[in-house]
Amino acid sequence: MTHWIDACATDDIDEEDLIRFDHGGASYAIYHSPDGQFYATAGHCTHEQVHLADGLVMGHLIECPKHNGQFDYRTGEAKRTPVCIALKTYPVKVEGDRVLIGLGA
Amino acid sequence: MTRDYSLLGPDARRAIESGLAAAAWYHTDVPRKEMKALMQRSDGPAIRDTVILFAAMVGFAGLGIWLWPSPWSAPFWLAYGVLYGSAMDSRWHECGHGTAFKTPWMNNALYGVACFMIVRNPVTWRWSHTRHHTDTYIVGRDPEIAIMRPPAFLKVIGNFLGIFDAWNGWSRMLLNATGRIHPEEADYVPASEQPKVIRIARIWTAIYAATIALALAMGSILPLMVIGLPRLYGAWHHVMTGLLQHGGLADNVNDHRLNSRTVYINPVSRFIYWNMNYHVEHHMFPMVPYHALPRLHALIRHDLPAPSPSIPAAFREMWPALRRQLANEDYYLKRALPATARPYRDDFHSAALGAAAE
Ligand code: FES
Repeated sequence: MTHWIDACATDDIDEEDLIRFDHGGASYAIYHSPDGQFYATAGHCTHEQVHLADGLVMGHLIECPKHNGQFDYRTGEAKRTPVCIALKTYPVKVEGDRVLIGLGA
Repeated sequence: MTRDYSLLGPDARRAIESGLAAAAWYHTDVPRKEMKALMQRSDGPAIRDTVILFAAMVGFAGLGIWLWPSPWSAPFWLAYGVLYGSAMDSRWHECGHGTAFKTPWMNNALYGVACFMIVRNPVTWRWSHTRHHTDTYIVGRDPEIAIMRPPAFLKVIGNFLGIFDAWNGWSRMLLNATGRIHPEEADYVPASEQPKVIRIARIWTAIYAATIALALAMGSILPLMVIGLPRLYGAWHHVMTGLLQHGGLADNVNDHRLNSRTVYINPVSRFIYWNMNYHVEHHMFPMVPYHALPRLHALIRHDLPAPSPSIPAAFREMWPALRRQLANEDYYLKRALPATARPYRDDFHSAALGAAAE
């Protein structure tokens, strides 16, 4: 069952940007895409243990701040070496001005 | 302490066991808004610089060919050589980070051409440079340590003419072209990427074979003056600037202010080197494109050691330190921080900084 966790307000994240969200001992990244949608992925890059929150969102790509590896944050797909392993993604919904992230039971 | 630079040796194991490898590095605080602005990509500056670069190369090589074999062709070959054997080093580097252009195919195209000219397999070196950024100057982990301790001066000086580096590149190309990967390469190039290494090495070998065949057919080294030899006679500039990046500074630390050097340099060298003289800044924030490094420097200089004021000044600082490392491998230059900087975490680095630190 999906637990919906209140992560942040919609205006906490600029368009084409992301923020870090920590919950239950895990860390996530929440994105605001240029077309106004919200997405969530695991917080750390799959290449090394580096948080993506300091990275750069370009369109629907997140570029890791350490070695410039890229993921499509909508699907988690690895798009540029040195990342080769996909990023875990999580469902997101917006209720009013709140962004909720769906985590497993 | 004797250092073992092999990626498969005892220092490599020690770095992993001690947590020195893949560690969290020191970063100067930069507000997110400003960092985002600095990281923005654009095509304009790199298109302008690339057009200038290739136009100059065509012009210099054309004049060199036209005047060949007169000694009057020499200055044009020297200028062409620096663009081929040195500017391509910085182009390889910046495009490898994906920061030169906004448009990915442009990065990839210039990266491929620059890799060929500088004789670095584009796949192998992408991974080796990744490791250089993870474990900058961590002995046994970083495959790109230009000056090992004690310094091998013959190798350092020989590389001003590309002798050892280029030889290494060509011999590695031939090894890869036979379908083999060196065991050290296998340490950082994932197995899934290794077939690409071999494919590219075979294409390059074919290009060199065609150039040599043309030279034999013409009975002249002219084709090799255009392809191949400029990697030797034009290497000096990238070696000169490259040695300064980390030479004489600390190793086995996790603070780029301790192991990297920023140098103010003249505009021509900055064009050739694509602003990599802001080397502390580049290592701390590798997502910032070359054209934004001067702005990044202005923003964080309060937290960094004072830059060397010029290339000669940086050599005057580095060279005596290298000479001292001949007798004492643990000697290094500890650069003073301004009063506005957050201090070095000497406690954190105590094992590496050691008693010989100054
Ligand atoms: S840690 Fe993300 S690309 Fe290397």
